[in-house]
Amino acid sequence: MRIGLFATCLGDTLFPEAVKSTAVLLARLGHDVVFPPEQTCCGQMHVNTGYQREPVPLVRNFAEQFGDPSIEAVVMPSGSCAGSVRHQHEIVAERYGDAGLRTGVAAVKAKTYELSEFLVDVLGVTDVGAYFPHRVTYHPTCHSLRMLRVGEKPLRLLRAVEDIRLVELPEAEACCGFGGTFAVKNAATSSAMLRDKMDHITGTGAEVCTAGDSSCLMHIGGGLSRIRSGTRTLHLAQILSSTRTSPHVLAEATR
Amino acid sequence: MSRPTGPPTNGTFLGMPAVPPRSPYGTGHLRGTRKFPEAARDELGNEQLRRNLGRATRTIRGKRLDATGELPDWERLRDAGAAIKSDTMNRLPELLEQLERKVTEHGGTVHWARDGVEANEIVARLVKDTGSDEVLKVKSMATQEIGLNEHLESEGITAYETDLAELIVQLAGDQPSHILVPAIHRNRDEIREIFLREIPGVDPGLDTVPAHLAAAARAYLREKFMTARVAVSGANFGIAETGTLSVVESEGNGRMCLTLPETLITVMGIEKVLPRFADLEVFLQLLPRSSTGERMNPYTSMWTGVTPGDGPQDFHLVLLDNGRTAALADRVGREALNCIRCSACLNVCPVYERTGGHAYGSVYPGPIGAVLTPQLAGMHGTDHDPNSSLPYASSLCGACFDACPVKIDIPSLLVELRHQHTEESGTTAEALAMKAAAAVMKRPKLFTAAQRTAGLGRVLAGRSGTFSRLPAPFSGWSDSRDTPAPPAQSFRSWLASAEGAATMRAAAAEGARHPDDDAPEGS
Ligand code: SF4
Repeated sequence: MRIGLFATCLGDTLFPEAVKSTAVLLARLGHDVVFPPEQTCCGQMHVNTGYQREPVPLVRNFAEQFGDPSIEAVVMPSGSCAGSVRHQHEIVAERYGDAGLRTGVAAVKAKTYELSEFLVDVLGVTDVGAYFPHRVTYHPTCHSLRMLRVGEKPLRLLRAVEDIRLVELPEAEACCGFGGTFAVKNAATSSAMLRDKMDHITGTGAEVCTAGDSSCLMHIGGGLSRIRSGTRTLHLAQILSSTRTSPHVLAEATR
Repeated sequence: MSRPTGPPTNGTFLGMPAVPPRSPYGTGHLRGTRKFPEAARDELGNEQLRRNLGRATRTIRGKRLDATGELPDWERLRDAGAAIKSDTMNRLPELLEQLERKVTEHGGTVHWARDGVEANEIVARLVKDTGSDEVLKVKSMATQEIGLNEHLESEGITAYETDLAELIVQLAGDQPSHILVPAIHRNRDEIREIFLREIPGVDPGLDTVPAHLAAAARAYLREKFMTARVAVSGANFGIAETGTLSVVESEGNGRMCLTLPETLITVMGIEKVLPRFADLEVFLQLLPRSSTGERMNPYTSMWTGVTPGDGPQDFHLVLLDNGRTAALADRVGREALNCIRCSACLNVCPVYERTGGHAYGSVYPGPIGAVLTPQLAGMHGTDHDPNSSLPYASSLCGACFDACPVKIDIPSLLVELRHQHTEESGTTAEALAMKAAAAVMKRPKLFTAAQRTAGLGRVLAGRSGTFSRLPAPFSGWSDSRDTPAPPAQSFRSWLASAEGAATMRAAAAEGARHPDDDAPEGS
């Protein structure tokens, strides 16, 4: 299948390893991964912060970059960006766009997937041949959970990973407190939410906390690093792309 | 806004060219004095509050899940609830006129109140007409919203709250912090102290056993029930078809107020009307299961006008607008009027759980409060009106949407309100930053160049590879989180590099060996 990879602005710039893993994983599964080079950002931060005029060119650019009919699916390692493309682009296009934009947005929306739903729903695989001999706990991010309804899909993928020791995260479905600009505008409340999330994570004794969204992992990882917890964060794609022949080696945690 | 604000006339709310009025400043409890982030910061420092709240919301969350999970048609009930409510909002004027007609036919009197000021005046006048200087109160959000007790007091009339939690709040001179459990922020020790201090003649040996606390309150209230001649209530539902009003409650004190006094005055928000009597079937299932996690609430009272020789012989219904028409006129905001005040969204909200209700500055706290309060009272003066900070008091986690029995999409409404707010507040520093970010991101070349500059951040981050202090406005973030420095190479530059190309070729070669895949070979 010809897959358009959307790196997301955050992944591209700050967390390239998560995007590399996504690209490698999809290629290894036998797919033709294309990277439309003019792609930038889905505009989620703008819309969530209350700005709907400003992201119009971003929405347009996204629709143009991935509108190519030879691209059969648009895949991204981010539940919140997939949620933005599926639920917010329409709102922006309807309010400030033209008919062309609305058509373009609808076409791209129909083939947009977050990584775990693409693997499980579209490709029909749960065992991607990964090997990751570590103690891991999984945090289901809010947008994956409630906007995309990915449900158990990421866990099914993780359970199929060879030698993984998956430990359940208490109160897993509670928000980590990131919420984009929420963490800046309501930093104290966000920190209180983060503290509880970190307590639950470190309580599992996991070496790694994983999730399907680099932004939530940036938040959780930033907190774990600050308290020198020794628990690292890794994107789901990094675990799924780790194999016996090229395993992901856990770096020394910041202490 | 420059459009004229003509006075609305009874019944013809929709289609008016004027901007409907919002709740007036200075009346009632729809506006706090501080913005959410500041108020929240103080509440976060109160460990006792967080423990009380954490325990209470966790218990009720579990109960709700049990009570809703056992119904095989729960999702369909939610759909039905949402559909009935939308239908109601779409023909609100017609339904309200029908309600007025039916209540009048059955011997009641209907009054229309444009805002809290008018409603307060109407109630005070009605009470004075009876010659009484005290009223019993049935727990009611509408009267809390308009500050009725305070107004009555200024008119020399004493109001006695009869709901146990509401009584605690009233005796303590406090504000409610939860829709359903107004004293959720208090624990037993605190309640005991309040009773000892405020209830005349209470046994000084009173302990903290809940039953004993309840008994003390009951003894205090009993005398009032037997002597009071006037009661004021809210309404959970008003049925247009029959003119029936309904209150649901747990303690039975409400029913005493609704049946014993000679005069009953009900203040009802205009959005509480339901078209048909049969609609109650849906809401009497949705409400108790969502709010208290019970299959059925212990007391459901219904009354239709007056019945000679039985119950209050004088019944008044005050229909309260107070910004509801303004919300209704808002294409998106009208969805918030579907709320049946079950408080499920409060109990699942991680923000509410940490900050409590007072941080919201309104009688409507939590997720629905963050939507409803600015809708009813407006959000003005960007920098000074605390209501303008409410739409941002959410991480948009979506738990409220999942819990809401009438499926109000609160996260989307919050995003919409944020948009309305930024549109109104014009050119702020944030707006400029957002514009600048969009300007960079819409031009791939600029974006790539910015990524390269970001890579320079590694130098600033130093050897640890992280930033531990960031300048304002990010200092709150960096108080408790490290921020990784951007890596030297972005994904796109890696992909364009020889290493990237080789890695992708190798991965594709592995993929080509998968026999179970019919996809075309890698590029
Ligand atoms: S918004 Fe929904 S969940 Fe919240 S109080 Fe209203 S009806 Fe209940």
